[in-house]
Amino acid sequence: MKSINEGRVKELEQKAASLRRHVVKMIYAAGSGHPGGSLSATDIMTALFFEVMDHSPERMGSQDRDHFIMSKGHAAPIYYAALAESGYFPVEELVTLRKLHSRLQGHPSRVKTPGVEMSTGSLGQGLSVANGLALALRLQNLDRKVYCLCGDGEMAEGQIWEAAMFAAHYHLENLIAIVDRNGLQIDGRTEDVMALEPLADKWKAFGWNVLFMDGNDMWQVLETLNEARQHKGGPTVIVAKTVKGKGVSFMENNVGFHGKSPNEKEYEQAMRELGGSA
Amino acid sequence: MSWALESQRKNYGKALVELGKRRKDIVVLDADLSGSTRTVEFKTAYPDRFFNCGIAEQNMMGTAAGLAVCGMTVFASTFAVFATGRAYDQIRQSIAYPNLNVKVVASHAGITVGGDGASHQTMEDIALMNAIPNMTVIVPADGPETYNAVLAAAEHRGPVYIRMGRSEVPVITPREAAFKIGKATTLREGSDVALVGVGQMVAPCLLAADALKAKGINARVINLSTIKPLDVGTLERAARECGCVVTAEEHNIVSGVGTLVAAVLAERHPTPMERVAMQDVFGQSGESDELMKEYGLSEKEVIAAAIRVMERKK
Repeated sequence: MKSINEGRVKELEQKAASLRRHVVKMIYAAGSGHPGGSLSATDIMTALFFEVMDHSPERMGSQDRDHFIMSKGHAAPIYYAALAESGYFPVEELVTLRKLHSRLQGHPSRVKTPGVEMSTGSLGQGLSVANGLALALRLQNLDRKVYCLCGDGEMAEGQIWEAAMFAAHYHLENLIAIVDRNGLQIDGRTEDVMALEPLADKWKAFGWNVLFMDGNDMWQVLETLNEARQHKGGPTVIVAKTVKGKGVSFMENNVGFHGKSPNEKEYEQAMRELGGSA
Repeated sequence: MSWALESQRKNYGKALVELGKRRKDIVVLDADLSGSTRTVEFKTAYPDRFFNCGIAEQNMMGTAAGLAVCGMTVFASTFAVFATGRAYDQIRQSIAYPNLNVKVVASHAGITVGGDGASHQTMEDIALMNAIPNMTVIVPADGPETYNAVLAAAEHRGPVYIRMGRSEVPVITPREAAFKIGKATTLREGSDVALVGVGQMVAPCLLAADALKAKGINARVINLSTIKPLDVGTLERAARECGCVVTAEEHNIVSGVGTLVAAVLAERHPTPMERVAMQDVFGQSGESDELMKEYGLSEKEVIAAAIRVMERKK
């Protein structure tokens, strides 16, 4: 990763804005989908795909690259936007999201979409898959990282904590999990539906190196991911405080936009706010 | 009949060690039952490629998937009831849907688990695994066939479920036979009735065939060791040539192998059938052979079913 400087941060922020426009456009075209959790994770995804991870479409068949697992599979739109902008498939294809015979399924599918490392959607399963990848890389003597983006809602799944125990037990220092802590899930605030706090203490107790960041502040995201990469001896989790629906005023912190498409008027306003045209 | 007895699990352990020797990409996972499933043999031979996941079957299946994503061929083992029940969604979502190279080899299937009782027995596993697209389902009849099926599964690209019992079972298949996925084997020729056995019920089918022979009835005995893909050709031929069919399995009659055979024959060559299976009840504690008798899974029931079904031939 290149050294962080203001110019580069600006570029990445512009890239994030363009990915957010893709997300809104895709979900509007589909008539359904999950804007909230895609927009909260956009800055993290931008940092990973356009700065931090060493990856390219040409090397998809090789294991000698960094790997990414989207455990919160409903954030497929931002995943697809990042993949398309990285050259895994044409950007024009994004608007086929959720359509019959599209390669872009409602939730990521390894067998359908170029660049998708693993099929996800049933929550709580991605971290276990990331464990397996991290182990395999170690067995193959490849000094590569596995990044796993989790939702905060899916922390309620028991399998997450099975996976957390495993990663610590086997000292998977090449594994970096990021929790998109936007605080909302379908039925409301995470703390009302199924309280997660003290979340960081839970991860610490499970033997993980715990870092924090504002997941919507590009500079902090880059710095924290960089710090995570240096950690030795065990897995790292970054608790990323984010705003659900980030970047679109009426979607921000609005649980109603967890899994709803904007109407025409909302779409036009969202695109204006994101610095584009509808 | 003087058959030698052999453990399917021990043959599994032996096959894993052989695979580990041949191939560097073989990785084995277990969920705190490595002594029972015999993955401990692999652990001893190749400790660097064995990972105990603890009592956490869901994470084990997901970890297996991740290893497979990164190019490894993974064997994941535990008791059948936990593999297919506790971790069903992980097998479906993380292994079968992405069509990954994970072999779920489960032991202690059926009711022959014995004393542990119904919580540890499973008579639903074949139905569960069979219903998942991309999945191959294999139920070897004995120790040697287990060994050969494990080698074949390692060569096959994609997810495979292999079902093993706990008990030592009669050796009825040849040791030096390559296992062909999707191919049923005819162990005995005959044209009065076809006895289609699955797993531990193949040997009782052979005993039944002997008893029927004494009554002047020539029974064909088929070892249906691959449940998916089903060997439709062999089944249809048996129905056409014998005119009636008995299936026998250590599995629930609901959505069991008998149901699959009945569906195939209904479409291709409607034939009188009888099904010997668990009658949609949970098992209980007891010795393996006591339980097989208690739930009507012995040659006695196969013989009775054969006589009944022959009476229904026109």
